[in-house]
Amino acid sequence: MKQTLAQKLVARAAGRSAVTPGEIVTCRVDLAMIHDSSGPRRVKPMLERLGAKVWDPSKVVLITDHYVPAYDEESRRIIRITRDWVREAGIDNFYDEQGICHVVLPERGHLRPGMFAVGADSHSPTGGAFAAYMFGVGATEMLGVLVTGEIWLKVPHTIAMEFDGAFAPAVSAKDAMLFLIGRFGLDGGQYQAVEYRGAAIRKLPMQERMTLCNMAAELGAQTGLIASDALTEEFLRLKNLEAWDSDPDASLLAHHRFDAGAIAPQVAAPHSPANSRAVTDFAEVRPQLAYIGACTGAKLEDLRMAARVLKGRKSAIRLLVAPASLRDQQTAEKEGTLQILLDAGALVLPNSCGICAGYGEHLLPEDMLAISSTARNFKGRMGAASSQVYLASPYTVAASAVAGRICDPREMLQ
Amino acid sequence: MRAWVLGDNVDTDAIAPGRYMKFGIGEIVPHCLESVLPDFARTVKPGDVVVAGRNFGAGSSREQAPAALKHLGVAALVAESFAGLFYRNALNLGLPAVVCTDARRVRDGDMLRVSFEDGEIANLTTGETLQCEPIPAHLMQMVRDGGLLAHLEKRLGRAR
Repeated sequence: MKQTLAQKLVARAAGRSAVTPGEIVTCRVDLAMIHDSSGPRRVKPMLERLGAKVWDPSKVVLITDHYVPAYDEESRRIIRITRDWVREAGIDNFYDEQGICHVVLPERGHLRPGMFAVGADSHSPTGGAFAAYMFGVGATEMLGVLVTGEIWLKVPHTIAMEFDGAFAPAVSAKDAMLFLIGRFGLDGGQYQAVEYRGAAIRKLPMQERMTLCNMAAELGAQTGLIASDALTEEFLRLKNLEAWDSDPDASLLAHHRFDAGAIAPQVAAPHSPANSRAVTDFAEVRPQLAYIGACTGAKLEDLRMAARVLKGRKSAIRLLVAPASLRDQQTAEKEGTLQILLDAGALVLPNSCGICAGYGEHLLPEDMLAISSTARNFKGRMGAASSQVYLASPYTVAASAVAGRICDPREMLQ
Repeated sequence: MRAWVLGDNVDTDAIAPGRYMKFGIGEIVPHCLESVLPDFARTVKPGDVVVAGRNFGAGSSREQAPAALKHLGVAALVAESFAGLFYRNALNLGLPAVVCTDARRVRDGDMLRVSFEDGEIANLTTGETLQCEPIPAHLMQMVRDGGLLAHLEKRLGRAR
């Protein structure tokens, strides 16, 4: 039977030669990722109630990113519980204040094509960029994984999103995702697997592919997937990996094809990523704050996009940059990218989820109008319920910061 | 069971706002759905039912979203469709979530009787009976046990 990439990954984890969409299977988990919010503070009391231990500490990766750096009594308490539990449970794969989990996980080499992984965070599909089946679960479900090493799954159908050609200059993975979410809605993914393919996807660097899979969450898919190739190996610094891809004639729930070059920079109006339209529709909007942050919008590639626009220019409004990982920030510093952002007037914030998830000390005040490279602009998510957030690519956020109004980055990159 | 009717794509930031996530569930609960229904947390009664449109629970993996609804005594969630992650979380906490394509026929304030086993919702206000998709068998036992934690407790207890 012809199998999609999703079916092959699930079949391997279920110990089967093939699986059929719709059937319910139990999968062995190769890797479980948890963070300080969904992790020890939630699972430790439940493990104690069960009198159970972690099934295989070597398969657990714990990353602090929500409550770091600790900024008040509650966050200090949560981080203390996290660090204590790492010792108690014998977790060696612990990354403390190193950046956002979805970025740190592959950066430190924990993902491989062919893996089956779960993360206690909704943006866990990010791992699918490495041809691994990875999806988000809640804390109790993660407890189940930590105790049994297994999880049930309804084998997903696959929705193929094929992008032909190449994306235009100043158009990024974020634009592609806002375009898809605007077109198909927040439930367009139907909790199935979305597979990105086509010549334009093959040309994207790994961190851009991560953005596509990351925002499979906003598209309502269980996971986003991309077949492995030479770029995957290069990023993971591995050679001669087994290739993971869909069979050419595998049956799909839907197959959508787009001309990548025809996609314009996109902006999503408050309060939903589904409110996406071409950037040119928003020229009258004047943000007071520009934010480049989060797993989806402040990786090294994202910082580079912002820098391409900001080079030799100044931001007309408050510009906050929270690099997604410490390592990405260090690389950006070495290559000069960070200096360009600083020269443009950026204030650099810690390598954590921060404002994107409503954490930290810089939440949006009442009535603040912001443009942000993050993934979600739900009402009140990033601060006051009266604040308004427009989502866009790092290019568009940077161009809008310079112009003081929402601005097409193509105007500045000529 | 009074029905509280919500629209499409009600997200987890509306159900459990991020800025209260550092606190325990007791501090999150008063803010449950405040941006959509400001009086909900104060006036919802144990046994009430939340009836939503498409993609209820979109967004975060935060389990505090279904936990807040459960804490308020909400007896069941009915929606045209659920966000997949939220659906798993609700059932894992022992909060029944049923898919009903006719959920839109319920009006806010209607009195409902939901029976998960039969996949039926009786609207006592209108006299109408709505069909819903039954909760899959492998999950219904877990819901009956009171959620995944209680279910595991039972399973591990038996194994010992």
